[in-house]
Amino acid sequence: MLIPLLGLVLGIVIGLRLPVYFPVTYARYISIGLLAAMDTAFGGMRASLEGRFDTLVFVSGFFSNTLLAAALTYIGDRLGVELYYAALFALGYRVFQNLGLIRYLLLKEVTGHSRKLERRKDNKEGNGPKYRISREVG
Amino acid sequence: MFKKQGQTALAIVFIILGIMLALQFKTQQRITAGGLPSRRLEDVTARLRDVEMDRERLLDEVFDLRQKLSEVTHESGLIQALEDELKKVKIVAGLVEVKGPGIVITLDDSKRVAHPGEDPNAFLIHDDDVLKVINELAAAGAEAMSVNGQRLIATTEIRCAGPTISINNTRVAPPITIMAIGDPEALESGLKMRGGILETLAFWGIDVKIKREAEIIVPAYKGSLKFNWAKPTS
Repeated sequence: MLIPLLGLVLGIVIGLRLPVYFPVTYARYISIGLLAAMDTAFGGMRASLEGRFDTLVFVSGFFSNTLLAAALTYIGDRLGVELYYAALFALGYRVFQNLGLIRYLLLKEVTGHSRKLERRKDNKEGNGPKYRISREVG
Repeated sequence: MFKKQGQTALAIVFIILGIMLALQFKTQQRITAGGLPSRRLEDVTARLRDVEMDRERLLDEVFDLRQKLSEVTHESGLIQALEDELKKVKIVAGLVEVKGPGIVITLDDSKRVAHPGEDPNAFLIHDDDVLKVINELAAAGAEAMSVNGQRLIATTEIRCAGPTISINNTRVAPPITIMAIGDPEALESGLKMRGGILETLAFWGIDVKIKREAEIIVPAYKGSLKFNWAKPTS
């Protein structure tokens, strides 16, 4: 679990040191692409914890999702359809769902609690994910 | 222990994600530092894109118009038409010297000695004598006229000014030479009409000479063209 975190920190440090900026005109599309990238990355982490990780699916999904999200938003803007918000809600929802599942899986690993107990606890809080209906990643 | 599947791929992807996050963070910071609230950024971005597209379109238009202009200048069809129109208007306004067939009329004071009891003024040329001749010539189709070198234009006055006559605010004294461009025959017969102006002038012994010319030159109006009050309505 440490390796992705270390990677993230390393990436942020590299990014802050790079003398590169995104063009302001495309900031909107890059932000939605970034959200898609986050979604895929956390999805991959979850899949890894669940033990059904596929490198090819994950890597291809990461890049294609990022580019597709940005491209769809751009096309939506051209067509006058606010796909930006649709992508924002869909991806944001998935990011939170994935994060919740990751938390759940990690807790289970650490504490060794039974899945059943954990699920009930999550449901009581009202914000927990439902492990059974987890979806494919990528 | 945790399941460790695809840790390398995850690490690489997270590095990329980190780089993107940092770059976007920096970009966003720069935008905010520019004083634009992020909410407005969308509008402004859209505007920028529109304006850039407009600019490209307008550049195309400029290029197009320049090309058309050069074509027009080369073909000079439009310019020619405008120049012709301008020439005509200038003739009407009296701003250019014109030439053509016409007549030259010379009027001089009467040489007859006034008998006692007669008004000596009646034997002199007056402003209304000149006016009547001019009027008759205009009626006979004169296209351009001048009196002692003063071109007659729309604002020309012919007015008594003591012993002289004021025309275009210039003093004119006998002998008076009137030049009129038009059909010489029509102009002359207009003056010589029975009961016309020439008969009246002859009665007072005013010396009138009429000469038909194949080509006379009527000078241009030389006064100022300043309009303090009149403005075009369209």
